[in-house]
Amino acid sequence: MTQTSNLNSYTFHPEDREAIEHCIHHYAFPRAASIDALKIVQKRHGWVPDESIPAIADTLGISSADVEGVATFYNLIFRKPVGRHVIKICDSIGCFLTGYDELAVIIKQQLGIEYGQTTTDGRFTLLPICCLGNCDKGPTMMIDNDTYGPVATSEVATILERYT
Amino acid sequence: MSTFTKTAETHPLTWRIERLNGELLTLPSYESLGGFAGLRKIFANGLSPRDVQTQVKTSGLRGRGGAGFPTGVKWSFVPMGDNAPKQKYLICNADEMEPGTFKDRMLMEFMPHLLLEGMIISSYALQASVAYIFLRGEFVTAAERLEQAIAEAKAAGYLGANILNSGFDIDIFLHTGAGRYICGEETALINCLEGRRANPRTKPPYPQVSGLWGKPSVVNNVETLANIPGIMLHGTDWYKALHTNNSKDAGTKLYGISGRTKRTGLWELPIGVTGREILEEHAGGMQTGLNLTCWLPGGASTDFLLPEHLDLPMDYDTITKAGSRMGTGLMMVIDNQHSIVSVVRNLMQFSARESCGWCTPCRDGLPWLTKILTDLEQGKGKPGDMELLEQATKFISAGKTFCAHGPGATAPLQSALKFFRAEFERGIANVST
Repeated sequence: MTQTSNLNSYTFHPEDREAIEHCIHHYAFPRAASIDALKIVQKRHGWVPDESIPAIADTLGISSADVEGVATFYNLIFRKPVGRHVIKICDSIGCFLTGYDELAVIIKQQLGIEYGQTTTDGRFTLLPICCLGNCDKGPTMMIDNDTYGPVATSEVATILERYT
Repeated sequence: MSTFTKTAETHPLTWRIERLNGELLTLPSYESLGGFAGLRKIFANGLSPRDVQTQVKTSGLRGRGGAGFPTGVKWSFVPMGDNAPKQKYLICNADEMEPGTFKDRMLMEFMPHLLLEGMIISSYALQASVAYIFLRGEFVTAAERLEQAIAEAKAAGYLGANILNSGFDIDIFLHTGAGRYICGEETALINCLEGRRANPRTKPPYPQVSGLWGKPSVVNNVETLANIPGIMLHGTDWYKALHTNNSKDAGTKLYGISGRTKRTGLWELPIGVTGREILEEHAGGMQTGLNLTCWLPGGASTDFLLPEHLDLPMDYDTITKAGSRMGTGLMMVIDNQHSIVSVVRNLMQFSARESCGWCTPCRDGLPWLTKILTDLEQGKGKPGDMELLEQATKFISAGKTFCAHGPGATAPLQSALKFFRAEFERGIANVST
């Protein structure tokens, strides 16, 4: 299988390797840097490619299964490719009371995708997210690292235009 | 004449924000506003770690993360003295994800140095030489400001080896998470910090004895730690007197409100103010045309209370006696335009998704409850659903699950069934009212 050869072929970007090694020094055991390492790799590719898992495991001295177990537990680690921008709509109680469902409908309509999907042009991935701690400004959403709230359905198009 | 309404003595957590008038808190501005005076006082007066622990215990400070456990008592389980393990850890729980809660985010974005000072003092009290801030990954602004504050504090000698020539060493590291509500549970948080799946651990041993990497560790909430500098600077009598007269708890509390009120927001108030004061005076009441049906005192894992409970002091013991928990103290008000069944379904859906999957009642029970509640919401409920819901609130309760997530998830449900049973029954197909 070609996948097997791919799994041995991942080389860290020098900056990423350095960043991971920097993080390892914060902890008593290298394993603790597994989430940091996954985030560093994800920042590089937008997601965590399969072949990077054994490379991370090697660097931390743990098994690939352990790294994969961590990668699949946390919802902000993406094990599938995502769009250039990730939209996270808060669907917890504060935003429920202030109308996140209406906001989600508008965004799904404008992008033609459902939760968990990516637009065909690879621009956006849409995800629900747990309370963003912005409950006094609901409904709230994040696009990449930007937090918006309260979001009026009328401003959705303008906000989305900022991300190309 | 000063136009300031807040002082260090009345609003120890937030008074500086008013002085800064929108400017960011840097180390020089924090120092000019009494910053690090609490820490310096400890070393100037030669207070021992035990002295600091005693002062925090006497102050009556209770954990602001939601459980309300007395901070000094939590600390007292940490082994101290010559025979204690050399390596100990302090962990700041900054994984703020409790639905309806947005207080720690504000403190970290606007008062990062206050948190650092609280952490340095607490680390000294526990003789922990390494401390971590466990911050949720989505708090990007807080992460930037904390990193900057740590760098500033390090350059000025508040962090590192032999701080302020005291002989005490302390390093603080920022760890940002990658999601999952369960990371707020302290033993799950420790697993996450060790780079594992965030499943909770068996207790005992408690983290104070065997926590991070098997070493004595204390996990404290952001707001709890932010209270410590004031306690050291102004003393325990001052701290105890900050409450309202009808409350036995000590200090101020960051209270807040969300839902459809005229204003939403966060206010530092004497602990023990009433829910009515928060709702009517600070939030300006419900939005025009809306009535209050019920409210959650402090997060998605607290039981609903009714409008008649608004006159109770918002403190740990009183709200517990009323059948709920103060939790994080940030109220969520439910208005009459929302069906209570839909509200409970939303809360259950959240809890089901955020279950870590470790124990069966929570992993399998919460999605099942979500399905039943969705059916009831759509009028497709079946005979027997009410009994199932009630049975589940008993099966997924304290002592029957591995951690507090499951019981927290069923708290709103069991209280809603108690107060609004007919609304749920109406969702059973062919039952008309």
